[in-house]
Amino acid sequence: MSLLEVCDITKIFGGLVALNEVDFTVEKGSVVGLIGPNGAGKTTVFNCITGNYVPESGDILFRGKSIRGKKPHKVVELGIARTFQAIRLFGKLSVLENVLAGRHCRLKSGLLSSLFHTPAQRREEEAAVERCLEELHFVGLDRVWQEEAGSLAYGSQRLLEIARALASDPELLILDEPAGGMNDQETASLVDVIAAIRERGTTVLLIEHDMRLVMKICEKLVVLEHGNVIAKGDPETVKTNPDVIEAYLGTDDGDDEEY
Amino acid sequence: MSFNARTIRLGSCMALGLVLAVLPFLVNNYWTDVCVSIGLYALLALSLNVILGQAGIFHMGHAAFYAVGAYTTAILNTMFQWPIFWTMPLAGCAAGLVALVVARPIIHLRGDYLLIVTIGIVEIVRIALVNDIFGITGGSNGIFGISRPTVAGFRIVKSFHFYYLVWGMCGLSLLLFHFLWNSRVGRALNYIKADDIAAEGCGVDVSHYKLMAFVLGAFWAGMAGTLYSAKMLTIAPASFNFMESVIIFAVVILSGGSQLGVLVSAFLFIGLPELMRGLTESRMLFFGLAMMLMMVWRPQGLLPPLPRVYTKARAVLDRMAAHDSDAKPSTTQEKTL
Ligand SMILES: Nc1ncnc2c1ncn2[C@@H]1O[C@H](COP(=O)(O)OP(=O)(O)O)[C@@H](O)[C@H]1O
Ligand SMILES: [Mg+2]
Repeated sequence: MSLLEVCDITKIFGGLVALNEVDFTVEKGSVVGLIGPNGAGKTTVFNCITGNYVPESGDILFRGKSIRGKKPHKVVELGIARTFQAIRLFGKLSVLENVLAGRHCRLKSGLLSSLFHTPAQRREEEAAVERCLEELHFVGLDRVWQEEAGSLAYGSQRLLEIARALASDPELLILDEPAGGMNDQETASLVDVIAAIRERGTTVLLIEHDMRLVMKICEKLVVLEHGNVIAKGDPETVKTNPDVIEAYLGTDDGDDEEY
Repeated sequence: MSFNARTIRLGSCMALGLVLAVLPFLVNNYWTDVCVSIGLYALLALSLNVILGQAGIFHMGHAAFYAVGAYTTAILNTMFQWPIFWTMPLAGCAAGLVALVVARPIIHLRGDYLLIVTIGIVEIVRIALVNDIFGITGGSNGIFGISRPTVAGFRIVKSFHFYYLVWGMCGLSLLLFHFLWNSRVGRALNYIKADDIAAEGCGVDVSHYKLMAFVLGAFWAGMAGTLYSAKMLTIAPASFNFMESVIIFAVVILSGGSQLGVLVSAFLFIGLPELMRGLTESRMLFFGLAMMLMMVWRPQGLLPPLPRVYTKARAVLDRMAAHDSDAKPSTTQEKTL
């Protein structure tokens, strides 16, 4: 059984068929890349997985169970955490508190124990802070834990979103253009972070425009064009697929990272 | 810098606490009564601050829950001879229950829509009271003959008794809400206020927490209603009109969202017009002008909350650094971007 099975999902906006029977799987422990030209429907696939959209037809199975139509916070609880294409940090809150947001769903303290500041609540808080600092350390942002998230450099903000997602103990991490807006040095350290995430045993599904990055870290690619899957398989095979070359690599020489 | 700001805040809190503790000995009965009134508004505003200030829910109907609490106390006391303080938890629960029922279907609405619906809630409650719903609210005359509260045989009668009762309750609320703010729940409300889609995407059950804030705030307003009934001895629908809601709302907006800010703002809003008693007719003008000046001059409000303190974080980081330099001495510094 695959960790994630996207089964023939179709998503329609008004008259526009954004996804047309999209079908692929993500195996446990792998790093899978979802690629395709702008507007192909990649982010829409992510939004269907995370429960932000409900596909018109088809199903999404996570660990063999359907998660179609579940609310986004439920999906996170089940073990799928995400980052956003357009960074969505809590800009005015501290770096640490952003990561604590990801930890939220693993904590138990309710209204009463919070109001009365019970010893159990305090212990849980301390453990949560420690765990979140570890995640910050993991992506290399522990030294700026007190800063406002919005004041960080763009590349650091992307890493912070990853740390926030990791804090929820995800089994599957989905990253929407994690290298978007990063310079070469930042991209290089992102590659390290993704490799380390994989070493932790977390499965990764990512959307990426930077073909060098994709070829380097993904063992499987799914290529979307106009809402259709036009190819899937290992990077070498996909790279030489004529449809892919025409649809995607043809218009973008593969080393260009403007988008 | 932020240490200084924190010290100043803490100092002001203690100074304010000290002044409030001895105030009834320094002023006459009239001003003690004014301070009781300020305390009631402060209590209401502290509870609205959880909803509006912390969670960012635009709720302009808080007077409705105040009314439900006040009437619950009045009815239980005059019809069933319940002692006032016994009615307090029930007043809170009644207000919380009404909040739960009315908020459930509307809580997902966005700011401006929600604002309009919550204004509707006050009107519905007021009209229900005026029309003597279930024949127990006394119509537009309201309910009179509410008895004095007693604590362990001690009758609370004088102004300064009420003063300590109301401000004691404020102090307790301040403490509990401070704990709440410093918790997982308080943070969840702040995430929702900042960006509800991101909050939901991080695993925060947005509608659950919004509802929780709403019901908690209403519960507190209901308990404030008990104090109001006990102080006034007579209550009528006119005391819980839309204007009351607007004042509570304005106090919270002006405050900037911190609890100290709420207290200061309550004093400014309720106390200043009293100081300028000759001008009571132009109170509205005063409100309008103050709000306008604030918008221009300090759009974030008087005293926004300072960042939370995580005292244990420093120790954890030191431990991690020590552990790091043991494990791999050369690479620790290179990871940071
Ligand atoms: N919420 C929405 N409402 C209407 N159309 C949408 C919505 N989200 C995406 N689309 C459309 O679906 C198509 C795919 O978009 P998207 O998934 O963002 O592409 P990609 O991430 O591959 O660049 C685009 O044509 C886009 O305009
Ligand atoms: Mg996209």
